[in-house]
Amino acid sequence: MENFELLMGGLESALTPMNLLYAAIGVLLGTFVGVLPGIGPAMAIALLLPVTYRLEPTSAFIMFAGLYYGGMYGGSTTSILLNTPGESASVMTALEGNRMARAGRGAQALATAAVGSFVAGTIGTILVAFFSPALADVAVELGAPSYFALMVLALVMTTTVLGTSALRGFAALFLGLTIGLVGLDLNTGQPRLTFGVTQLVDRLDIVVVAVGIFALGEALWVAAHLRRRPAHVIPVGRPWLSRDDWGRSWKPWLRGTAFGFPFGALPAGGAEIPTFLSYLTERKLSKHNEFGKGAIEGVAGPEAANNASAAGMFVPMLALGLPVTATAAVMLSALQGYGITPGPQLMTDHADLVWTLLASLLIGNTLLLVLNLPLAPLWARLLRIPRPQLYAGILFFACLGAYATNLDPFDIGLLVAFGLLGLMMRRFGLPVLPLILGVILGPLMETKLREALTISGGDYGGLLNEPLAVVVYVLIALFILGRPFIARARARADESASVEDEKEQVH
Amino acid sequence: MSETPAGGWVVVAWAPDVYGSVALDWALADAERRDRGVVVVNASRGDALVDDRFALEEQVSELERRLTESGRPHEIRQSIDPDVAGAVLDAAEQLEAKLIVVGLRRRTPVGKLLMGSVAQRILLGAACPVLSVKPGSVPD
Repeated sequence: MENFELLMGGLESALTPMNLLYAAIGVLLGTFVGVLPGIGPAMAIALLLPVTYRLEPTSAFIMFAGLYYGGMYGGSTTSILLNTPGESASVMTALEGNRMARAGRGAQALATAAVGSFVAGTIGTILVAFFSPALADVAVELGAPSYFALMVLALVMTTTVLGTSALRGFAALFLGLTIGLVGLDLNTGQPRLTFGVTQLVDRLDIVVVAVGIFALGEALWVAAHLRRRPAHVIPVGRPWLSRDDWGRSWKPWLRGTAFGFPFGALPAGGAEIPTFLSYLTERKLSKHNEFGKGAIEGVAGPEAANNASAAGMFVPMLALGLPVTATAAVMLSALQGYGITPGPQLMTDHADLVWTLLASLLIGNTLLLVLNLPLAPLWARLLRIPRPQLYAGILFFACLGAYATNLDPFDIGLLVAFGLLGLMMRRFGLPVLPLILGVILGPLMETKLREALTISGGDYGGLLNEPLAVVVYVLIALFILGRPFIARARARADESASVEDEKEQVH
Repeated sequence: MSETPAGGWVVVAWAPDVYGSVALDWALADAERRDRGVVVVNASRGDALVDDRFALEEQVSELERRLTESGRPHEIRQSIDPDVAGAVLDAAEQLEAKLIVVGLRRRTPVGKLLMGSVAQRILLGAACPVLSVKPGSVPD
């Protein structure tokens, strides 16, 4: 029960008026970016990073936590009302949710998504509070070889599981690892990949990389596809649930949570698989034979799974310092910006920060429910913003942020370079997540690898002298060997549940 | 495209709302009286995700039904065009239209300054007479 007391202590320090204000800003901003397809919490946090360096780390993280949950929730609104899932995690929500909206049950779909997100987010956050300290206790004992193995696992899993092609995943990953190499070698002091440019010796600022890839890349991509056939938002009133809807929703919420949390916590990362599993389960278990015509279970389950996995992500991030999603990666770089080293010691060295963060997740979740149920029709209006104005605003903040990191125009040039890289990646279908993870985990991995090799005196066998490391490598091998089977099973399942492609009209 | 009717064409700047509906009323009345055909133009800039003034398929078929009922020669043109007023003017120029009908919303001078106006651009740019109507008016 010690964890519970600590969580209550965190709740106490999170419940100051100032911190509540930051939580509210985060939640509103998060929903804002979540509703608009193409802009996600990762981009929003990256844009906010330079602004928040003046804040207390606790306040900044309270805001980020709100942003993250808000973004997850906002995505469901767009999926339901417009059938354009903003991210892979909301694809399953769109499937039944949009049909519900077309059948005039949009208000119920929004409500079950909101309450389901709240239930899953709250249970998930409490699970994080109980698992992370235990995991961190174990993780402190881990040596460099195990750490290195875990990072390899995280990279391999995120690279091969997400997206359509492992080759594209690895291409993005190696691009990211290469970007992570730029700068002074920490052990020998040699400059690497700097091409004689003094500004590059200092390592690339993660803000510039993330903002370039996410914000500038997306803005350029949208600019290239600016005009398209506009859609109509299905009008809805205030979300509400009838008794019958509650009865049909609560079990999918809990099942979705059970699917989502472990997948979020595993380095396999992402909410794509658990939302999908939850959808299939609910379809199988449903007694109402409404699937395909707008079944409320098909919204409740995946939406809960989505948010539970969003919460699960905090376990490896807080306990091991391992990010498994793009948002976690950006949050981690924010921690580094405050001079806090992520890793198992985080739970003990910065206990107040961690517990306040977890408590603020609970608060953010509640705020989301309170704010979003009445505001849903208003959020839908955001979709009318003409994109030129919207992206002009984003570009302004992107340039401001890049310049503010070092007050050096050189960074704007870098920003443009990474923006072009981001555009190219979108054009050729390279996933962004492996690149960002590569940039952030690459240097950490290198440190651990060299540590392990120094201990073993340069003998590569030293990488295998911890039992956990061996187990992880075996897992990686099994996973790579089993991948064709997984891919085939998924392809079969995908056929049975495909989402309407966005109609795109490019001029 | 059918034969040019004896009286030429009327071009309507149309959207699935009250302004479009009243403009269409007047255009059909004029077409009836002067033996003209009706060309309905519905355009969107297409730069926002959602634009209620761009008609959905159901709304287009509803429009089609109404035009067919009127018995006048007609055509519906839907396009994504950065310049919505330009789409209407282009259609009028190409068809050598005798009349353009636009539905007008009531706006204060400040509102005009801020929002710009498709109707104003049509009024200023058209080579033929422009009939501007407000919701609530009924063709006599």
